[in-house]
Amino acid sequence: MNARRAQKKDEVSVVLCGEAGQGIQTVEKILAQCLKLSGFHVFATKEYMSRVRGGSNSTEIRISSKRVSALLDRMDLLIPFHKGALKHVEKRISADTIVLGKRNIIPEDFRLPEKNHIDIPFSKIASEIGGKIYVNIIAAGVVLGTVGVEQGFITNIIKEFFSKKSEDIIEKNIEAIKKGYEIGAELLNSGKVKFAISSSPKVKDENLLNGAEAVGLGALAGGCKFLSSYPMSPSTGVMVFLAQQMKDFDVVVEQAEDEISAINMAVGASYAGARSMVTTSGGGFALMIEGVSLAGMLETPVVIHIGQRPGPATGLPTRTEQADLELALYSGHGEFPRIVFAPGNIKDAFFLTQKAFNLADKFQIPVFVLTDQYLIDSFMNLPLLDASDTRVENYVIRTDKGYKRYELTKDGISPRGIPGFGEGLVGVDSDEHDEEAHITEDLVLRKKMVDKRLKKLDSIRREVVPPELVGSSDYRILITGWGSTYNVVREALRELGREDISFLHFNQVYPLYEGTRDYLKKAQKNIIIENNATSQLGKLIKLNTGMDIETKILKYNGLAFSVEEVVTEIKKILSKENT
Amino acid sequence: MMESQIYEMGDIDIAWCPGCGNFSILKILKLALSELGIKPEKLVLVSGIGQAAKIPHYFKTNFFNGLHGRAIPPATAIKAVNPDLAVIAESGDGDMYGEGGNHLINAIRRNPDITNIVHNNMVYGLTKGQASPTSQIGFKTPVQVKGVFLEPFNPLALAVALDASFVARAFSGDIEQTKDILIEAISHRGFALVDIFQPCVSFNKVNTHKWFKENTYYLNGSHDSSDRGNAFQKAIETEKLPLGIFYKNDKKSTFEENVGVYSKNKEPLALRKEERMKKLSNLIKSKR
Ligand SMILES: Cc1ncc(C[n+]2csc(CCOP(=O)(O)OP(=O)(O)O)c2C)c(N)n1
Ligand code: SF4
Ligand SMILES: [Mg+2]
Repeated sequence: MNARRAQKKDEVSVVLCGEAGQGIQTVEKILAQCLKLSGFHVFATKEYMSRVRGGSNSTEIRISSKRVSALLDRMDLLIPFHKGALKHVEKRISADTIVLGKRNIIPEDFRLPEKNHIDIPFSKIASEIGGKIYVNIIAAGVVLGTVGVEQGFITNIIKEFFSKKSEDIIEKNIEAIKKGYEIGAELLNSGKVKFAISSSPKVKDENLLNGAEAVGLGALAGGCKFLSSYPMSPSTGVMVFLAQQMKDFDVVVEQAEDEISAINMAVGASYAGARSMVTTSGGGFALMIEGVSLAGMLETPVVIHIGQRPGPATGLPTRTEQADLELALYSGHGEFPRIVFAPGNIKDAFFLTQKAFNLADKFQIPVFVLTDQYLIDSFMNLPLLDASDTRVENYVIRTDKGYKRYELTKDGISPRGIPGFGEGLVGVDSDEHDEEAHITEDLVLRKKMVDKRLKKLDSIRREVVPPELVGSSDYRILITGWGSTYNVVREALRELGREDISFLHFNQVYPLYEGTRDYLKKAQKNIIIENNATSQLGKLIKLNTGMDIETKILKYNGLAFSVEEVVTEIKKILSKENT
Repeated sequence: MMESQIYEMGDIDIAWCPGCGNFSILKILKLALSELGIKPEKLVLVSGIGQAAKIPHYFKTNFFNGLHGRAIPPATAIKAVNPDLAVIAESGDGDMYGEGGNHLINAIRRNPDITNIVHNNMVYGLTKGQASPTSQIGFKTPVQVKGVFLEPFNPLALAVALDASFVARAFSGDIEQTKDILIEAISHRGFALVDIFQPCVSFNKVNTHKWFKENTYYLNGSHDSSDRGNAFQKAIETEKLPLGIFYKNDKKSTFEENVGVYSKNKEPLALRKEERMKKLSNLIKSKR
């Protein structure tokens, strides 16, 4: 990337790179936790292979005096845990990158100049403590030392983190992290690394969350009582999170035999009155599609979380993409309304998932929350989520005798009863049906029922979450995006410092905000940015507004956009504009 | 005991062919439920798609007529979130054993307290006469032009092999005994499979009422339904097909008992008003 910036002292980007099974994710968690509790802003994101051992995985941890929330290419510190590390991150190495580790483990072609290398005999120190497995904890200690974390926290966090392990192992891990810390502190004090990151007591009290946890918390706040799903990366985190909460919250989490069962269960639970959700990824969702149509026909609420990963088919299981918007949008045979949210960041993932449950119940429809591996797996600190802003709105009625589940009403929404609550009987039917849910081939009634279901779209449209305009409303160039690109584009624009460029970010992609055309019309030049190959939002915008955004920044190699990359791409577009 | 009238829909148009075994099953189920005193408001009939699966439309009760092959998953979930409801999952042999076969296998493992009634006419009725998983070898259809050559699916052997908690077979032509079997199945705590032989007068000219009469017999009083090995022996008999309760295992815990939400509080999850805000803000605070 040629948009590389000079190293800032109040912010550092640390990259750990190693094989699967070398404990990089453990280090990531420990570091994020220690740094945040010490009052540093942190953002951690990983890219990893779909394997349990071997290969090359990397984690980036940004540590800063200011809030950080997006992937950078820049590496200030690189800690390689295996031979292949430098090759793996080769493109990200700059003249300022410092490698920490044993120099001779790096193949000669990849060795950086002496001045970029600080020799630390990780393996030797680890062996002295008790074995190679401590290498990663020593490395964590080094990072903490170089940024000047207060040492006090560290011991406690290690104790807590390894609480299920034996005393001896805990002691050794503490020794390892302390050793590392001393080395790091010495690098800082001697001026070999020049970081001056300040901590803030406010950060200590903030949340440290990843996207999966945010979706899970949003589900709890939305009144979710039932989740049935089938494991599939990267969406499984949400199921794991809710399963962990079963002891404290009234929620059933069931691993179904397949995705078909999962969504049919969720719709069943919802029919009986429990707010329900499924969590899956594109391939699993493909199997759920009959259930989307079922929910549409039964007018039974269900929340569908899709953690997107690259397809087609199995694609790249552990990587990221925004290529299932059209799948969500057009899934399910027949015509019926739906809502599609695409949270841009962790806070929105919480609030929109919460809202998804209310809207699903209010309109008796399927509501989608589209995230992706990048959002789900990235950790960051953010101000404590305030759940008191949220409410579980009740839309279930107690039925009377003679209750009709599909009573024809003005707005298409029939009061929703559930079985066993009131005197009435509650039927639902996947066949075309009459007001009492009995199968019908009365074709006059058929038309009325289609109109009834589609009429709900009018009310749904009135509640669309408008896109956020980042930057001046007096823009010349408008960049449009959706979902997880939010923070990256924001930071890129800050970096560019161009007052004439603004960013229009969609948190809700369907139904598309009515004023979209006005936003686009106002710009002299429109650019769309998407983590896919065919500009799926672009197509939706064209369909809705007639406007074709011809200038596109698209990425579909399985990785998220980095800040530098977005800066470079925008600059390229600007330079073409000038010629 | 209530009158079975309570389930009647009045004057309705029933889509089944005259003489179809489905009429008897409809009648028998209403008798069994009224004998058990289960009120329409406390019952949910869950079905898939097919001729058999139309049964909820001829029944005055709560119902969930879902998708082909998918009666069991919603039935399982409905029972889990409201165990106060009696839940019956009911469909045809194609629906339950073909399209929904994986759900049957896993419902047996999961053991929700639901009754699974399968109208087994050994054919696909609604789609006009193709082979079903239980069609017999040599059964000719416009699709299976040379006759079926797939080994017929044996639901009873499968269920016993998986240690299902209740396994029975009945015949729609015998109102009294089928009613008794259904009463036991519905009262049974745990997953209860009842495969009911049902003549399809329009598309199965082989396995007729007469054929079922001649090719079945009832397990006698000496059959020990707690003996799994013996039950399996009976299940794989083909010379003549046994009817009755093959196997029962009363010791299994149910899905609802295992999901955890009822260990302290018996109130149905679906109707519960949980005060979450405080717990939630504590949880959020713990994520630091
Ligand atoms: C997903 C799907 N595939 C196929 C069908 C068409 N279909 C409807 S009923 C049926 C089979 C019916 O056979 P069975 O379940 O034995 O019921 P029967 O009509 O014999 O009572 C089929 C294949 C469908 N409705 N949905
Ligand atoms: S097609 Fe067969 S199963 Fe269906 S109603 Fe007619 S006789 Fe009964
Ligand atoms: Mg059949």
